[in-house]
Formats: sequence, structure tokens, C-alpha cells
Amino acid sequence: MALTRHSDAVAPVRASGPISIWATRHASTAIGALGRLFRQPFASLMIVLVIAVTLALPASIHLVIQNARALSGSWDNALDFSVYLKQDLSVADAEALGKLLGQRADVDSVELITAEAALAEFKQQSGFGEALEQLAENPLPHALIVRPGDGNTSASIGLLQEEIGNLPEVEIVQIDTDWVQRFHAILDIVRQAIVIGAALLGLAIVVIIGNTIRLDIENRRDEIEVTKLLGASNAFVRRPFLWSGFWFGFFGGLMALALVLLGLHLLEGPIARLAGLYQSNLAIAALSVEEGAGIVAVGVVLGWFGSWLTAARHMRRIEPR
Amino acid sequence: MIHLENVSKRYPGGQEALSGLDLDVETGEMVFVTGHSGAGKSTLLRLIALIERPTSGQVIVDNCNTRKVKRRKIPAYRRQIGMVFQDHKLLYDRPVSDNVALPLIIAGVRHRDAIRRVRAALDQVGLLHKEKQSPETLSAGEQQRVGIARAIVTRPKLLIADEPTGNLDPDLSLEVMRIFRRFNEVGVTLLIASHDIALIDRLGCRRIALEEGRLQPAEHDSWL
Repeated sequence: MALTRHSDAVAPVRASGPISIWATRHASTAIGALGRLFRQPFASLMIVLVIAVTLALPASIHLVIQNARALSGSWDNALDFSVYLKQDLSVADAEALGKLLGQRADVDSVELITAEAALAEFKQQSGFGEALEQLAENPLPHALIVRPGDGNTSASIGLLQEEIGNLPEVEIVQIDTDWVQRFHAILDIVRQAIVIGAALLGLAIVVIIGNTIRLDIENRRDEIEVTKLLGASNAFVRRPFLWSGFWFGFFGGLMALALVLLGLHLLEGPIARLAGLYQSNLAIAALSVEEGAGIVAVGVVLGWFGSWLTAARHMRRIEPR
Repeated sequence: MIHLENVSKRYPGGQEALSGLDLDVETGEMVFVTGHSGAGKSTLLRLIALIERPTSGQVIVDNCNTRKVKRRKIPAYRRQIGMVFQDHKLLYDRPVSDNVALPLIIAGVRHRDAIRRVRAALDQVGLLHKEKQSPETLSAGEQQRVGIARAIVTRPKLLIADEPTGNLDPDLSLEVMRIFRRFNEVGVTLLIASHDIALIDRLGCRRIALEEGRLQPAEHDSWL
């Protein structure tokens, strides 16, 4: 009977089924690793905190961006636009057109700014008052400020603007949404930057956990050597370290979640006050369950990966001498 | 059980630990390897445990040519052999019973079976009453007996020991040897490295003398 023929179980030892062995081993190593974590509460807490802050940072910025987008999205629809009328249109005609437009279902209100009023405002604000006095006639047309109704989508507003622009009395429709689009573009850049930043922070977590596990491996070098002498495979000696990484990531993720929720809670008051000032039902978008679970999952994956990377490398190096 | 054929082991420094060694240990034998330190006793045991590989020659253990054991299969190979060390190599962060249970955990033995077998092994070395203690609280002789319990808890057919009594006084040494003797009586093959010739002669076992990596002819012949 050749020794190598029994691959895993020792010949005279009766082992239980492979799957239950696997599950039992993992369960007991997981609990063992958890126990070691709690035996050094301060050191463990430090690492968990570092991971938590590193995870909470991109998560909270992500939340801020999401809220900013939602906010600017609502501005998009409630945006006024200016309709400049033909130069030769009389005030009465302009007023009539304004009334007509105001009756439309998709229009909330229309305000007429006469050429005279516009010129007066311009004189006051531009500082060209005296130069403008020299003008023989008012170069400005009458204008209507149209506020679309609440039920509009950005598509229906576009349609409304086009329809008004095609009216014979209308010279030009000026849409003031450019800045909103620019704002969105900026948000997109910030979002991209967050993705890059989050990747770097993820790398930092892998390094932090890897380093912690490396120290742990060094401290338990004798134990690893003895275990290997007794016939433990690399997978066996690696397992407790993988579980340590798992727990660091798990608790780090949970704490990150707690930090983000705490931040949201602290912001709730100021935002309610701001919403009160604007008389809007502005509310902060909270974390969804999926996002919350995602933070913890990212922590776990990074923790496991970081410890795996280190353990795989060091386990092969530690051989009985 | 153990068959060495023209085995040489040269270390990177150029120093030859074993040169052209031929050796046979039959199943059920209890054999001592003697020699001064540096004579190659430890190297011989390390080759058998696959901690090292020979530079040339064949090492065949229980019909298995160690040359053919791939690196990945070494753990499974080692689990077939019980090993006892001069410095016990116990883990001091856990009680005696957990130390003895370690090979069973590695082998994936069910918890209930493991507990039973750990107790049986500790009983065989006379330390059942100390199973809950930390190894640190035990005397050197007791620690070595824990090491022996750990080596036999998987009931290996072959047990190798490197200077198991090196740190023990004569009385404790004799006690340890008697424990080995009892295992030998139930069929375990033992290969023990030791320099305590007086003790070995008292036991009346076969003795292989090594000198500078070779069998010492005088000793060898005298046994034949």
C-alpha cells in the first residue's frame, strides 16, 4: 500500500465526507479568527476604523453627487425661459399673446416685460445709462417669461419651446438651461474622479489588510511551521488568515455604513431648514438597502482579497526547517 | 518500511551530510540511529519526512518512492508519518488536548471522534489528567510525552523521532523510550535518532551508527 495513494485522509483515520469536512473546517476557522480579533480589541478596532473611513469616504461623496443630480434634475423641469418678440409688435399684441400662452395646460404662468421696462432695468444695471440716453429709439423688444407647468418633462418642455418659437410673433426663444447642463457635466467629472479615487482607496484597503495579515503571519510563524510538519497543506494554514481578512473587511464595511448613516442623520436638520426656506419638499436621498449591503460586500471582498494575496505569498515561503 | 539506496545529501555550502547511504528498516522494527552531531542523523530523518530531498539516490517509505511525491502532495505524505522532535514543537497558546488534536484537525476527523482519540492518545502516554493544562505548566518530560501523543494520535505505521530524549535526564529518557517500546509492540515501526548509547543498549534494539554521512562499518558489522 503506497503512502501517497490516500490523497487526503490519513489511512487509519476515518474522516467524514469531504463537503462536511470543508464546511466544518471553515466554520471553526471563521470562529477562531473572530476570537483572535476580539482578543486584541484595540488593535483590531484601529484596523476596522481605518477600513471604515476609507470605505465611507467614496460612499458619502457618491451620495452627495446623487443628491445633487436629483436636485438639479428637478430644476431642469421648473425652469423659466425667455421669449423675445418681434421688434414691431405692439404692447397690446404682446399682452394678448402672453394671455393666450398662459391658458395652455403645459404653462404655469407668463410674465410680460415690456421693451420700456427692459430698457429701464438695463440702464440701471449695466451702467451704460448715459450712453443709452443717446439712443433714438428703444432697441429692445418686448419679452415674455414663460414658466412651464409642473407636469412637464424635459422633452415636453423642449416641444413647448419649439412650438412657441414657431409662432409668427416670436423672434427667438432663449433657453437658460445651459448652466444646468454644465452643472451635470461637472457632476459627471466628479463622479469619474470618485470612481478613480474609490479604486485607489480600495487598493489602500488591500494594502492595509495585507500588511496586518503579514504581521500576523510573522507572529505565528512557529505555529505555521509546526502545522506544516504535521502535514497541513498550504490551504489549511492559509485559512485562518483569510478569515481574519474577511472579518476585518466585514466589520470595516459595517462601520463605514454606520458612519455614512450618521452623516446623513446629521445633515437631515440643515437640509430640512433649507427646504423650508425654499418652500420645497426637498429631501435627502438616503442609502438604499442594496447600497448599504454593497458597502459591506466591498469591505468583505477587499478584506478577503488582501489577506489572500499576502497569505498565498507567505505560506509558500514558510516551510519547516 | 524504509529503504534507502545510495542516498547522498549535499548542502549548498558543499558540505555532504550523507554520502552513498544504504539502509533498510523492516516493518515493525524499532531502530536507533546514532552518531555524533553532524553525522547525518537529522538529515536522514528529514529526508524520510520530506522536509528535504536527497541530492541523489532513492528514499522509499512504505513502498512509496519519495522522489515521486510532488510538492503539492507532501502534506498528505507527511500525515502518514508520526514525528517527534527534540524541542517538542508544541504550541503554547493552547491546552495540551488541542496540541494533540492538531493532526486530527488537519486530517479532517470529526470533532467527536477527535476528542475520543485525543483522550486515548493522552492516556497512552499517561497524561490524560493534564489534558486541560497549558504545555508551559508541564515538565520537559511531560511535554515530550505530549509530543509523542500528538505523533501517534493519527495511528501512523511509522514514527520517526529526532533526539526525543536530548533534553531529558536518564530516568525521564528511559520512560520515554518505554513508551516508544509499547508502540513498537503493537506494530508501529520506529526510527529514532539518539546519541544516548547506554540507554539504547539497555533496550536491546538494533542500532545504526552514522559517521560523516556513512554507515560506521564496525557498528554495523557488530550488529550483523
